[in-house]
Formats: sequence, C-alpha cells, structure tokens
Amino acid sequence: MKTVPVLVVALVPASLALAIAFGSVDLGPAQLADALLFRGDEIAREIVWGVRAPRALAAFACGGLLALAGALLQVLLRNPLADPAILGVSGGAAAGALAAMLLGVGAAGLNLAALAGASIAAGAVFAFSLGRSGWNPYRVLLTGVALASGFGALVGLMLSLAPSAQVQGMLFWLLGDLSPAADPSVALVVLAACAALAFSQSAALDVLILGEDKARSLGVAVARLQAIAFGCATLATVAAVLLGGSIGFVGLVVPHLLRLSGIHRHGALLPLSACLGGSLLALADTLARTAAAPAELPVGVLTAAIGVPVLLFLLGRLR
Amino acid sequence: MLEAAGLGLSAGGRELVRALDLSLAPGAFWSLLGRNGAGKTSLVLALAGLRSPQAGTVALDGVALAAHSRGELARRIAVLLQDEEPDFWGSVLDYVMLGRYPRSRSAWSRDEEGAAAARHRLAELDLADRDAQTYRTLSGGERQRARIAQLLLQDADILLLDEPLQHLDLNHQAQVMRTLSRCASGGKTVLAALHEPGHAARHCDFAVLLYDAGRASLGRSSDMLTQANLEALYQCRLEAAGTGSFLPS
Repeated sequence: MKTVPVLVVALVPASLALAIAFGSVDLGPAQLADALLFRGDEIAREIVWGVRAPRALAAFACGGLLALAGALLQVLLRNPLADPAILGVSGGAAAGALAAMLLGVGAAGLNLAALAGASIAAGAVFAFSLGRSGWNPYRVLLTGVALASGFGALVGLMLSLAPSAQVQGMLFWLLGDLSPAADPSVALVVLAACAALAFSQSAALDVLILGEDKARSLGVAVARLQAIAFGCATLATVAAVLLGGSIGFVGLVVPHLLRLSGIHRHGALLPLSACLGGSLLALADTLARTAAAPAELPVGVLTAAIGVPVLLFLLGRLR
Repeated sequence: MLEAAGLGLSAGGRELVRALDLSLAPGAFWSLLGRNGAGKTSLVLALAGLRSPQAGTVALDGVALAAHSRGELARRIAVLLQDEEPDFWGSVLDYVMLGRYPRSRSAWSRDEEGAAAARHRLAELDLADRDAQTYRTLSGGERQRARIAQLLLQDADILLLDEPLQHLDLNHQAQVMRTLSRCASGGKTVLAALHEPGHAARHCDFAVLLYDAGRASLGRSSDMLTQANLEALYQCRLEAAGTGSFLPS
C-alpha cells in the first residue's frame, strides 16, 4: 500500500533529472554536473538552465495540471471517461490558436487567442451547466462534449483552409507540443495553487462519491464543493493547454493508474496524480526530443503510446 | 425532537402527503409503511432536510431545518438512502469510515478512535472479518449492512432509514431491527420505511401508514398494524400464512 506513493514521489526528481540529462546535444556526466552548479562551459550551462530545465519544468507543470484536472472531473462528473478535453476548453483553445496561426500573428497573439478560445469554452460550460436548477453532471458532460465537437469542426475547417506550409505547425499544436513553451513559472504557480485548493477539499470529495444527497446528509456543502472543484479543473486545464497545446491521455489515464494501484482517497489521489502526471509528461517529452533527434515528435503521440498499454495492463488485472 | 407540521409533498404531479403532522420524540422507534410510490422516500428525504416540502415545515428542536447548517444537521440527523452509486474503490473499513466525516475530517492524522468504533459497528452487523475487503466485492446484502454500519458510525441522535431491510436475509433483517431497537432504547429517534409489517409489529413502537392520494394515519403499532388497516393500506386481502410464516426469535 505504501510503496506506490513512495515510488510516485521518487519519480518526480528522477524524471526531471532524466529530462535535464538527455537532449539533442550530448553532455557528459562531468559537464552536466558542472553546468548544474553554474560552473564550467557557458554553452553547457545555457543548454541546462536556459533550455532543458525550463522545458522539463514546463512538461512537468503541464502533465501535473492535466492529471489533477482529470482526477477532479472524474469524481465531479461521476464518469470514468471524464478528462480535461471533455470541458471543451482544449477545443476552444485549439480553435483560437489555429485562427491566430491562420491570421499570421506572433507567439504572443497566438497565446492570447488560445486563452480567449479557452475562456469562451469554459464560460459557456459554466453558464449552461450551472443553470437555475443547479448542477447536473449529465448537462455538464453533454455541454462539454457538444462544445468540443463544435470546436473540432471549426479546427477541421481551418486545417482544410490553411496553406500547406502552416498545416504541420497546426498539427503539432493539436497533438500537443511543448517545444514553443517558454516560461513554465505561471503554470507551476497555477499547479501549486490548484493542487492546494483541491487537496483542502479532499475529504469532502471522498464523501461526494456516495452521491450528492448522501454527501449533503453527511454535512458537505455540495454546491460549493462542486463549484470549487470545477473551477480548479477548468483553471488547471486552461493553464496546461496554453503551455502545451492539446496533450491527450495524461488527464484520463493517470488518475486511473493510481486508482488501479489502490490509491482512492482524494487526500492521496490528487497530489499523487499531479506528481505522476508531471513525471510521465517530463519523461514522454524527453523521449519526444531525443528519439528522432534532431527532429521532435509531438509529445501527445508518446503519452498515448505509453499510456494505452499501461492502462490496458492494469485493467486486465482488475478484479 | 424532529417535528413536521402541515407537511405537504408531491412528486411528478402526484400528491403524496397532505397536511401531515408528525413529531418524532427521542427513544421512539417508528415504522413507515405504504405501497410502492406512496411517498415513503419523499417523506424520509423531507424529514432529513434533503428535499424542500411543497407545504408546511420540518423543524429540529423548534428551529426549521433550513436554518441549521449542513454540518450541524449531519451531527444530529443521519439518513440511509434507498439507492447509492456502488462506485467506491476502497475497503469496507474505508467505506464505513466516511460516516465519521461530520466529526473528524483531518486529512493528516489517522482517526484511530473512529477506526475502532467502525470495527465495532462492523462486528455488530456481522461483518467483523470483512474490514479489509474491497467494498465493491461485497454481496448486495453485505453492502447494505456496511451502509447501515456507516450510518450508525455517524452517531446522530435521529436515524432516518429508507428500506433498511432491502437485500437482507431473514436473520440479518431481524439483526438490523434489533440493532435499531437498541438505538431507540438508548435514547435515539429512529424512523424506518419498511415493507415488512411483521418486523414493524415486533420491533417498532409507532407506525405511520401512508395511503394513496396524500392520506396518512399514525399511532401506536398495536393500534395501527391491524389486518383491516394493512388490507386497506396494501389494497389486497391478507390471511395468516400458517406454518410457512416465521420471524426469527
């Protein structure tokens, strides 16, 4: 029982170390150690601190945010298939980003357009699903799915209209790609804040599994809890999508990996989801950078390639 | 003291309860009987403060339920719902321990006192050696007893139970009724929606009969659970089942 949390927590520094140690340029162990201590070769120092460390942290933040959002949405919507993409937020951000690429605006404009798209989607889900008759998981789910397919159609339209030179960049964005990720600090702050806020509600989320009426009868302020958890999940998804595009699978799979390993209390599940999601994405991104170096693979392809067999294996062992 | 005054309930356009006055005093064990769809569940939910009545009020110690905080109500009133999502991933002990939420919700320290109480409750309901088993692997009747153990662990002074005997075998039905009866003798208020008039007659002091179209009558079990009343309630003829009918002694 205790080995899973220890392994997951130990994976965090291990995955970050691997992400910093490997890249398209080979650095020897001595060179790496010097660079980490701000000594020696300036180019090595720049590679380690200017390129690899921010990229590793960006991957970690992105994966942590997505896994946390997935864990929250799965309990809120009482649906094991819930993942961050179900909010329509990823779709909204993708539509915004692709529109910006089509119009040829710069990186700042692209991020702004993605943020606008994500906010429109999140606002629409909030407005439709928290109507006057209160929270209804089915309505949230279907609103999110409807928005996601609407945005999907928009994305398809833009892909078919775009000049072929732009299509590759668009596809990378859609598959999830951390290469343009510059500064991970905002996402890390959002990750810490969302994880802390969600953790503070973990005992109430445990009770919510029994259903809304039972949770109410045990003293949970259900409407408030749902608003907090939903807000957390939305914020986390927006921050992750802005940083890494639509990286799939982390948010869906990571919470299930933990549940299938016997972690079910949210006090453990939420922080460990953030740790495991972050580590897995940092590892996947390292692989994406090095497997076909100097070319980069979209990291979303690798998360699926790793996540699918692992989940199927654990599901096969489920009693 | 939990009191309903002038209570009116309806669901799906049908009137279930009309102008019901009911006061549940400490130490009393009430049964709630009626045909399917008579409004037993709606009444239990309204008494627990989980549904707003269409008319009238429910008050705890003279104060309307809506004026109490959820946390305060959870320490006073525990309710066993009829249905529940079976989607719990932990052990039986973890499941029962959720009943401690109103009193102890620290995410850090282990609640040893609560765990001891939970094991005691599990033993009382014949699940002594099942605490480490995965909750989802329990049978329907075992699950029902685990749910009752969780309810008892909540340690409220008012227990409202919607069909506590569903899925239970004859022996465990009697065991649960005896446990609830002990709770009432210990000063708690107990109200259980039942489909078993035999158990109600043996263990419950009072009965509420919910007839169709909003009519209800209530009183001592000995006065209420007569053949004539039960025939009117269930709208069928009843006869003694002869030697085939037993209740556990």
